[in-house]
Amino acid sequence: MSVQELEKIFLDKIDQEIKIEPKDWMPDAYRKTLVRQISQHAHSEIVGMLPEGNWIGRAPSLKRKAILLAKVQDEAGHGLYLYSATETLGTTREQTIVDLHSGKAKYSSIFNYPTLTWADIGAVGWLVDGAAILNQVMLCRTSYGPYARAMVRICKEESFHQRQGFDILVALSKGTQEQRDMCQDAINRWWWPSLMMFGPHDSESTNSEQSTKWKIKRMSNDELRQKFVDMIAEQVKVLNMTLPDPHLKWNEQTNHYDFGEINWAEFWNVVKGNGPCNKQRLDARRKAWDEGAWVREAATAYAAKRKARAEKQEEKQIA
Amino acid sequence: MTKDILYNYTMHLADNALILAQRNSEWCGHGPVLEQDIAITNISLDLIGQARSLYQYAAELINAPSPSIGGGRGEATEDSLAYLRDVRQYKNCLLVEQPNGDWAQTILRQFFFSTYQYLLYQQLQKSTDDTLAAIAEKSLKEVTYHVRWSSEWVVRLGDGTPESHGRLENALEELWMYTGELFAPATYEAEAVTAGFGVEVSALKAAWEQKVNEIFGEATLPDAAAGGREGIYMQTGGKEGVHSEQLGYILAELQYMQRAYPGAEW
Repeated sequence: MSVQELEKIFLDKIDQEIKIEPKDWMPDAYRKTLVRQISQHAHSEIVGMLPEGNWIGRAPSLKRKAILLAKVQDEAGHGLYLYSATETLGTTREQTIVDLHSGKAKYSSIFNYPTLTWADIGAVGWLVDGAAILNQVMLCRTSYGPYARAMVRICKEESFHQRQGFDILVALSKGTQEQRDMCQDAINRWWWPSLMMFGPHDSESTNSEQSTKWKIKRMSNDELRQKFVDMIAEQVKVLNMTLPDPHLKWNEQTNHYDFGEINWAEFWNVVKGNGPCNKQRLDARRKAWDEGAWVREAATAYAAKRKARAEKQEEKQIA
Repeated sequence: MTKDILYNYTMHLADNALILAQRNSEWCGHGPVLEQDIAITNISLDLIGQARSLYQYAAELINAPSPSIGGGRGEATEDSLAYLRDVRQYKNCLLVEQPNGDWAQTILRQFFFSTYQYLLYQQLQKSTDDTLAAIAEKSLKEVTYHVRWSSEWVVRLGDGTPESHGRLENALEELWMYTGELFAPATYEAEAVTAGFGVEVSALKAAWEQKVNEIFGEATLPDAAAGGREGIYMQTGGKEGVHSEQLGYILAELQYMQRAYPGAEW
């Protein structure tokens, strides 16, 4: 079959909402886009363990500690599913990790902000996981089968995490003045970075158009961002807290909240590596990987020895 | 009187679980490979679960009227017990508070402790105290996995590469001196045996050594008590509240929020 014919079959499947599977023919650019996006997503899960992991040792009660530990462990699990999805496209986990450590592959910029107080753990759960979920719910219907299926599993756990995050903030909002201040301060610091999670405006987004045609992406950055603002602007009332945006206002005409302009200079600055924790996050990942090298080598060497012994045993039995 | 013993005994079991959980949780996000990051976190979660059940029981005991332990006011909770006691009141053994070190040290600490905890809980299931027996029975399923997982890693590291073998030997050097305390009964452990609900820890030693040596054999290591370790002085004191300098820092981190914001609900 010619490439044109293969491409036609591929596009027909996309049109008819038939999932593309690992063994199907796909355009190189589709494969590349997916590897970039899924591995970036996997790295975000893994790097995302760091700001939250920062508070495991200091969680204020045993129950909160157990919940946080289980949550961060879930992120590791999500990383695993996603690395596996990348492997179905012919790129190994090791290769994608090497790309992360060299700075070639990106991860969500939100994790380059520091978690300074316990309230940040609540705000991350509520706002960061909340923003991630909107993107992930959309991705449950993405055109590549293994990615869509990984997302279905991940979404179930993420919505649980978001509720847990909100629950931390509810407890703070009902607490002492110090706790309420801590809560508002965390919301103030995390609000704008979480809006940035949806990426540049549609008009500026370089990867979006082709991804939409291939149904990898099914809603635009600005559509998702608006949905998020509408959701959070209501939920924040339950906490008796405010969002740090003087332009936030319900608009009767559009049936949406209007909101102020994002500081795009900050967004691009963090993307370029100049966020408050970019260096620390990558250093921590590289350190874990480098210091784990001898452990991985030992496991490989032992597995090889075991295999050789089993084969020898088998030969003996046959003889 | 029996209640004091039961309280102290329960707190000792709880502190062991919590301090090791706190140590293991330091790996979360920093493990050598993702699957093992998840595994060590799982063990940490199991241990927090055990600690919570035990602290809840201890809180019940302390909240019931009893002049000698100053209870009867209904104020103790799992969190007040975990977060508001200082070093001298903590009753965990020295082994669990030792630093994570490298992966070999973490693995060996877990293997030594889980093997001990497995034998202990096996006996504690038969305790005359129904609550302790029930907690032991429930936890035993988890601990069985901890023993298997850590044994497999001891073998993998011992029989892996020269480097991993050497690191495991270093870990043994670091940790062996803290294993004797596991089998040297603290006052409340001896009293608990007399009272009928406690386990005689000295009687677990032979089975523990047998298991350790069996796994060391597979790991191509000499017997645990051989290879220059004969007669090494065993450190004790943790179970009676005389700890290594490590514990103060563990508690400083663990208890930070409760100390900085007294009385707040989280």
